[in-house]
Amino acid sequence: MKYSDKVLDHFMNPRNMGEIEDATTTGTVGNPVCGDIMKMDLKIVNNVIVDAKFMTFGCGSAIATSSMSTELIIGKTTDEALDLTNRVVAEALDGLPPVKMHCSVLAEQAVKKALETYYKREGLMTPERAKKFAILGKCEHDDDHENCECSDE
Amino acid sequence: MNITFEERMRESTERPRVYFDHAATTSPRPEVIDAVVETLRDDFGNPSSFYLEGHRAAKLLADSRAKIAACLHVLPEEIFFTSCGTESDNWAIKGAAYARKSKGRHLITTAIEHHAVLHSMEALECEGFDVTYLDVDHRGLLDPEKVREAIRDDTILVSVMMANNEIGTVLPIKEIGTICREAGVLFHSDGVQALGAIPVYPKELNADLMSFSGHKLYAPKGIGLLYKKKGVRINSLIDGGAQEKKQRGGTENVAYAVALAKALEMSMADLEYESKRQTALRDRLIRGVIERIPHTKLNGHAIKRLPNNANFSFEFIEGESILLFLDKFGYACSSGSACTSASLDPSHVLLAIGLPAEIAHGSLRVTLGIDTTEEQIDRFLIDLPLVVERLRLMSPLFADYKRGKLQPLIPEEGSLDLKVEGNYGWPS
Repeated sequence: MKYSDKVLDHFMNPRNMGEIEDATTTGTVGNPVCGDIMKMDLKIVNNVIVDAKFMTFGCGSAIATSSMSTELIIGKTTDEALDLTNRVVAEALDGLPPVKMHCSVLAEQAVKKALETYYKREGLMTPERAKKFAILGKCEHDDDHENCECSDE
Repeated sequence: MNITFEERMRESTERPRVYFDHAATTSPRPEVIDAVVETLRDDFGNPSSFYLEGHRAAKLLADSRAKIAACLHVLPEEIFFTSCGTESDNWAIKGAAYARKSKGRHLITTAIEHHAVLHSMEALECEGFDVTYLDVDHRGLLDPEKVREAIRDDTILVSVMMANNEIGTVLPIKEIGTICREAGVLFHSDGVQALGAIPVYPKELNADLMSFSGHKLYAPKGIGLLYKKKGVRINSLIDGGAQEKKQRGGTENVAYAVALAKALEMSMADLEYESKRQTALRDRLIRGVIERIPHTKLNGHAIKRLPNNANFSFEFIEGESILLFLDKFGYACSSGSACTSASLDPSHVLLAIGLPAEIAHGSLRVTLGIDTTEEQIDRFLIDLPLVVERLRLMSPLFADYKRGKLQPLIPEEGSLDLKVEGNYGWPS
């Protein structure tokens, strides 16, 4: 199994790694039992994501997808960021090995978890937006995990 | 970021690569490569043929078998060549089960065996055999009395590895072999990691069957051995010609048999010296890592372990990311993290010694060899702490711990012998 140069670059030189002290909202997904946890801090001003920072416990692709996700959403409106999917993150990294695709789901979930909290708190959740959060109910590890109970807390 | 980390990473491209994964495979010795090339060039004949070329190849094969038998203190007719350790495990276990199924259908093994053994056992379970998987303690040791207690009237085979490939624990095989012999039950031991690293004499161990592999002891991949005690009958798995006393078909791999004999003889000549030398390097490494990196534990037994094996868990971080950075720094190592395998679960061995999954994910295996130097260990002791620190700075678990929100499972001062109790209590 080999990672693309872009994955390795984002792993070795992660963009926007850290925490935002006055974050507007935070999303934490994954589970240490599964071997990956992602925490995404967002700073939102007038519905625009002006800053994003992550911290990740996980493998190379978990770190690289976290890093790439922050690059993809900074400067976007919250609604635009809702269109971020794991496929987009993986493509931006020139692809991931098939067994690693679940890591890119985690990145999508972290962003969405943070946005869900934000929309709910601000009273901005609409039925139309709610549809985009369906992925949060899913375990990023599909059905091929034997000893893992994934949570989205 | 830490300037030293960046400096070390830049400089690493100018340093030679360091191979720390000898439990995965080894680089064939130059003398072994020469033996392979000479045999392929000068003695390509088929040992079964009735002319000079065949006779020469047959003699090389017989000589190799005799040399190997002498190294193991067994008879040449007790040595069978196979394609690899996995084939030997399959043959010993399935062959014994099929040969003895009229006597019983119960087999005993441990939870920490190599997949070649565990998956052979699972295959037999699908065919109606009953398998007992014995638990080991937190150091990977098996109490021989557990074997005695598990033996039933219908038990036909016990299979316990001599040394574990991941955590390096050396199991009390002689005691287990004696119990099996007394009970009249066949005993197989996977000796793949042990041979060449510690003394292995099947007769002293009371083993009826033992599996070995060439590429773990500086011979090429593609050759293995099965020791089968004289008089022990097991079914064949590979049907074909009359090779290997009609018990394993297929034209013999003469060049690799010669290579394995050469490699084993050289390993035996070096055994005492290398065992002492590598044990000293291993302990220098273990002490250095535990001293330099907080919240680190040694996995496996501190003393009853292979001279070349060190296995650590670093809390708050994940193993594959450690490997990726180490690779960049110039080191080849291995991990029991789920992310380094095709499955999503961490190593069955680390879970079997009681590690919670969150600690098993953060494991690193470093295995030394005849080419390992003190300089390499000391260089590693500079780089590894930087890698762990770098990954911890990215870890939300480490951040939670720093804020006092998470209770560590491994104490700051580290441990050579820690039984990890509990987990992070992550909601599920």
